[in-house]
Amino acid sequence: MNFRHKFVFLFPGLFVLIGILIFPIIFTIRLSLSGWNSYTPEMNFIGITNYIRLFTDDPRFWESFFRLSFLSVSTVVLQYIIGFALALMVWREIKFKRFFRVIFLIPMMTTPVIMTVIWRTFFHESLGPLNDLLGRVGVEPILWLSDPVIAKFTVIIVEVWQWTPFMFLLLLAGLLSLPKEPFLAAAIDGASSFRKFVYVTFPLMAPISIGAIIIRLIEASKIMDTVFVLTSGGPGTATETSSFYIYIKGLREFQMGYAATLSFTYLVIMIISLTIIAKVLTKLMIKE
Amino acid sequence: MNKFYIILKYSFITLWTVFIVAPFLWAVSTSFKDFQSVNSKVTYIPWLDFEPTLEGWKVLIKSPARGGVDIVEPYFNSIFVTCTASLISIVLGTLAAYALSRFTFKVGFVRNNDITFFFISQRIMPPIVLSIPFFIFLSTIGLLDSLIGLVVVYIVLLMPIAVWIMVDFFNRVPKELDETALIDGCNPYQAFYKVVLPNSIPGLIVAGMFCIIFGWIDFFFAFILTFTEVQLLPVKVVALNSSITPWWSLSASALVSVAPLIIVAFVVERYLSKGNLSGALK
Repeated sequence: MNFRHKFVFLFPGLFVLIGILIFPIIFTIRLSLSGWNSYTPEMNFIGITNYIRLFTDDPRFWESFFRLSFLSVSTVVLQYIIGFALALMVWREIKFKRFFRVIFLIPMMTTPVIMTVIWRTFFHESLGPLNDLLGRVGVEPILWLSDPVIAKFTVIIVEVWQWTPFMFLLLLAGLLSLPKEPFLAAAIDGASSFRKFVYVTFPLMAPISIGAIIIRLIEASKIMDTVFVLTSGGPGTATETSSFYIYIKGLREFQMGYAATLSFTYLVIMIISLTIIAKVLTKLMIKE
Repeated sequence: MNKFYIILKYSFITLWTVFIVAPFLWAVSTSFKDFQSVNSKVTYIPWLDFEPTLEGWKVLIKSPARGGVDIVEPYFNSIFVTCTASLISIVLGTLAAYALSRFTFKVGFVRNNDITFFFISQRIMPPIVLSIPFFIFLSTIGLLDSLIGLVVVYIVLLMPIAVWIMVDFFNRVPKELDETALIDGCNPYQAFYKVVLPNSIPGLIVAGMFCIIFGWIDFFFAFILTFTEVQLLPVKVVALNSSITPWWSLSASALVSVAPLIIVAFVVERYLSKGNLSGALK
């Protein structure tokens, strides 16, 4: 095949993507070395002052980062367990199989911010239905959004509602593509359903599981919409994630230079940690 | 044991279904309420608990000057941005995916997999990292608060998805297909256009659906890069949220905004049952 054709196919997409991205990335790096803020909105050069500030004098960023790690890992673990369970349940014949499959998929089709607006009225502490229903069975009103600890769990509940369907979809698609023979062999050996799962289904699903978990971790690390609408990072900074903190620094306080420093550091940490997680998961789940 | 398992299974499924449906039921009920029935005490069932009104729904089509919400324009903006960006991403992404699946690239240490990874890795980029430079960049060239500016940004969001799904899909379309076409005297472009593409419709539909979903549900870029001239649906609905909580119009507009994509759930399920998705999502 002619040598030049392959570039005709590849280059339009590649160059459009690079063309859109190259400026923002270089600009972010340059901006992170400047003191651009609302008083001096210009590209001066202040060296690594911003980076020194970040690493020595900004516990709020690191707290928001650990909070983000906690939120994203716990939501993804929950989504994986529930999503896998649901996928296993509607994998084989059950009554109303297609109905349940559609229902289980619906949340991921809905806009997270818009559903969060609904959830906010749902969790409303005096006018929401949840506290009202709990009150009818004698439970004291729960401070879903204004207690620093409970607010984190409220965010987790909404995230699990929103994104378990995606995990479910990836895992069910994986289950449906598995070969039939290993299951036949296990059935002939008279293996119980539990043993079948441990020795056949789960190992066969390992590569798909890893893929699904990593995709979800990447997306979960961007938790922002939910927090923004549900709690605005509050109460205090109890649900503030990295993205939200950068947003406050950059586009509310207009410390553009410092926000760029935060963004760039955050991006580097994300890339490194996701690569490590991918490697570790692959080692743990695929045993020769 | 077996009976116990079946009971457990169905109760779990029922419980989860209730959890999924609950916010929708609440929103439907709330959209027919008025000030009285929202603020006095928590009410659920129309006619029984409260007297339903259509106020929340009527407000949607009134102009803002007459106390309405005017959701029509943001609706069309959202449709335009999502569809345009999805279309561009699918076209460019499919071409690139075809190249990555059929030809070998070797530039220094960069191989096919590295290029594929480069495309997909753009999803790792947190929106906030891009939004600050885009904010400054678009305001310099005068595209802040415009539809075109948003389309450009959304391409970055959507092209990785198109490439991810289409590379896997093309890998499963047998190579003999294009080779036969080439032997029959097609040039590579004709082989792609006349033979490979018609055999890739399921993959294209899946990729298209995912682009539309992830374009439609994005909030953050639209929120930062537009203000008054152009408003997208999610931004509009969230803006309602911050005012004095007219829950009925809020619920009505939320339901109208999420409704179109729920149809996509049915399409996805259809493809899932036919087995077309299994390969495309691995």
